[in-house]
Amino acid sequence: MLKPEALLHPTPAGLYCPPGDFHIDPVRPVARAVITHGHADHARAGHGHVAATPQTLDIMATRYGEAFAGAVRPLAYGETIARDGVEITLVPAGHVLGSAQVVVRWKGMTVVVSGDYKRRRDPTCPAFEPVPCDVFVTEATFGLPVFRHPDAADEVARLLKSLDQFPERTHLVGAYALGKAQRVIALLREAGHDRTIHVHGAMEGLNALYARHGVDLGPLASATEAQGDLAGEIVICPPSALGDRWSRRFADPVSAFCSGWMRVRARARQRGVELPLVISDHADWDELTDTLAELSPGEVWITHGREEALLRWCALRNQPARALALVGYEEEDED
Amino acid sequence: MRAFAHLLDRLAFTASRNAKLRLVRDFLRDTADPDRGWALAALTGTLSFSAAKPAAIRKAVEARMDPVLFGWSYDYVGDLAETVALVWPAQPGANREPELSEVVEALRTATRAEVQPLIERWLDALDPDGRWALLKLLTGGLRVGVSARLARQACADLGGVTVGEIEEVWHALAPPYEDLFAWLEGRSEAPSADNPGRFRPVMLAQPIDEAVDFARLDPAGYAAEWKWDGIRVQAVRERGEARLYTRTGDDISHTFPDVLAAMTFEGALDGELLVMRDGRVAPFGDLQQRLNRKTVDAKLLTAFPAAIRAYDLLLDGEEDLRALSFTERRKRLESFVLAANSPRIDLSPLQPFESWDALAALRAAPPEGDPRIAEGLMLKRLDSLYEAGRPKGPWFKWKRDPHLIDAVLMYAQRGHGRRSSFYSDFTFGVWREDANGDQALTPVGKAYFGFTDEELKQLDRFVRDNTIDRFGPVRSVTANRDFGLVLEVAFEGLQRSTRHKSGVAMRFPRISRIRWDKPAREADELATLERMLD
Repeated sequence: MLKPEALLHPTPAGLYCPPGDFHIDPVRPVARAVITHGHADHARAGHGHVAATPQTLDIMATRYGEAFAGAVRPLAYGETIARDGVEITLVPAGHVLGSAQVVVRWKGMTVVVSGDYKRRRDPTCPAFEPVPCDVFVTEATFGLPVFRHPDAADEVARLLKSLDQFPERTHLVGAYALGKAQRVIALLREAGHDRTIHVHGAMEGLNALYARHGVDLGPLASATEAQGDLAGEIVICPPSALGDRWSRRFADPVSAFCSGWMRVRARARQRGVELPLVISDHADWDELTDTLAELSPGEVWITHGREEALLRWCALRNQPARALALVGYEEEDED
Repeated sequence: MRAFAHLLDRLAFTASRNAKLRLVRDFLRDTADPDRGWALAALTGTLSFSAAKPAAIRKAVEARMDPVLFGWSYDYVGDLAETVALVWPAQPGANREPELSEVVEALRTATRAEVQPLIERWLDALDPDGRWALLKLLTGGLRVGVSARLARQACADLGGVTVGEIEEVWHALAPPYEDLFAWLEGRSEAPSADNPGRFRPVMLAQPIDEAVDFARLDPAGYAAEWKWDGIRVQAVRERGEARLYTRTGDDISHTFPDVLAAMTFEGALDGELLVMRDGRVAPFGDLQQRLNRKTVDAKLLTAFPAAIRAYDLLLDGEEDLRALSFTERRKRLESFVLAANSPRIDLSPLQPFESWDALAALRAAPPEGDPRIAEGLMLKRLDSLYEAGRPKGPWFKWKRDPHLIDAVLMYAQRGHGRRSSFYSDFTFGVWREDANGDQALTPVGKAYFGFTDEELKQLDRFVRDNTIDRFGPVRSVTANRDFGLVLEVAFEGLQRSTRHKSGVAMRFPRISRIRWDKPAREADELATLERMLD
């Protein structure tokens, strides 16, 4: 009987596939890499060959410059490439634009490396597609039963209500520059907010990239170059800019922060946030456990996050599982 | 319940008073009767349940999920109500979400055995925010930084009336306050204030501006008395109904049975609540032992006997004196206190003076006795009527100069709201000899005002440029014998404290000057501070 570890196993550089000779989301420069999505801790510069979705490759080029890798192989969702009998297919993970699960097939065995994922609707990227498999490799960023994300549309409604109640104040919304920012803007548009949204300079390039890939974000403008103090307007910025001197130009800002961590009051209080918004691009506890129950794979491997609670959940259900304890992947929105 | 939950959630993260007022006002405007009335009762502390026992809630949640996973969750979150609110397994479509009024009404009629299943059904039906609000309500104590006074101010804002008008009728009202809202929305007359033992809104003083006011005020037109360092109270007894109120109309009768027993008069006294032993005033710290207690035991009553030092009379028998002059009220007060004939009620004496200069000399060197621990002086115009609120002109407070020390900045924390990009909360320390015989800084207080916007920018820059460590939102800055920023700190009083490492706690500390010029090693020592103890 073939062991799945022969197909894929953890190494200091990341998950490695010996028969195909490639790494998935390596944290160190390697000869051949498959990248699940464009967040900096998963997509690093300096690899030899990189296979990823065209959107992810575009994100990497925007962040690191065109020469971020020796050679690239764009791989559309559903397209399969094979090498030495190992087949690779990318399918949507629902995390951010271009995010993919890597489906690895070899000698009749299927391992799915989901990367970071969520199961909720996101207007900026296609939804997660469940793929039956022998081994499902999952993250566990929010792997504790306290993490139950509310409906993102309700959170956006709270932001708009605050804007209505405090029209003399700028609403400064901290959101991760890749993915979260664009999703929040798209959700605001769906909620009927059609005014110009001002954005921090650090996300202008990524907003333009999303637009190029067909995600309509409506009228945007630079917050830094805006005239006046933007009272009554929404300004989106990276979380680190919330308490930065940059924020002093605005009118008595209401600081909002979009993150799954905002679910826990002590975390929100520690950040000094006035309007915590629980919006996350990672699966919450229910999404993680529902996904495992739905796929019911032969084995669950947990890459990073709070693996002990998810292992406990698997043990209670007689679901074989193990923690890979991969290092180098960050918690969402930490700065 | 959902709107109330969102309100609590928002209030819990809002620091600005004006923003809180707007949130409460908007909620009261947009929520229907009787839910808004019950919410107001919860915010003002009028509604309190001890229906849910934390242990029973914990048992209920552990019956629904793995106790190990619950334990890890509790460890992570640190607050039982919040943990349960988050981890409670969802029962989609199980029940309709209860309204706040349904919860209140059900709990009023439920028997002890019915309470727990009711709570569990509600938890099934609510979302995490709703569950959090419900549990906070049931286990007592919302702790969202809203005082009863603030909630009443929000009512006043809603109706375009003054908070005094609300306070005048408040004690005649009962939840869910439908008559109050009908009045505030112009649908009916003001509710009747005819309620024996009700609170009358108090008259407050302006701080005096020494540079301007003395030149234009005639000393012959004013009475002076010492400003006692206790809490302002109103002692009312009408038709046998006795109540003790704070100056914002909170009923504290149950905390001071000793004072209540002494109130055998018919009328309404305005005065200072103090701990007094043999007619002598004790320091504020003694009174603090008696404040905010749910129960009082005999030991406490003996160790810290409370009394009222009266300085005004609003009601004599059934006669309202508020439209009389200070001079006339004072005359009535003197005979009233005499007739009350209780060791727990005495008269705040007037302090005679010839000129403002003579009074200034008295303030700088108070005579032997109680004035030595007074907070300063009060000036009251002889012809002033008793007006609710803080009218400009008739009454002034002239506080004693604060204590000053030079301390060294040790830690700074980010502020809130408009100050969220600034390090604006400053912890400072003074020198003390450590175990090795070296001089080391020990923190003695924390201040977050007293400086101008320009000075705040300079302080913020200093913190950013001299950070040596970070703990979440707190930064520790360089502070040693050779380098550190000296702050001149003003404060009103100093008490012994077992909760602070330095053994002392300041009252009302603020930064009075930034001593960019002063070397850190020349800042004060703890011994200097200890000599200032009350």
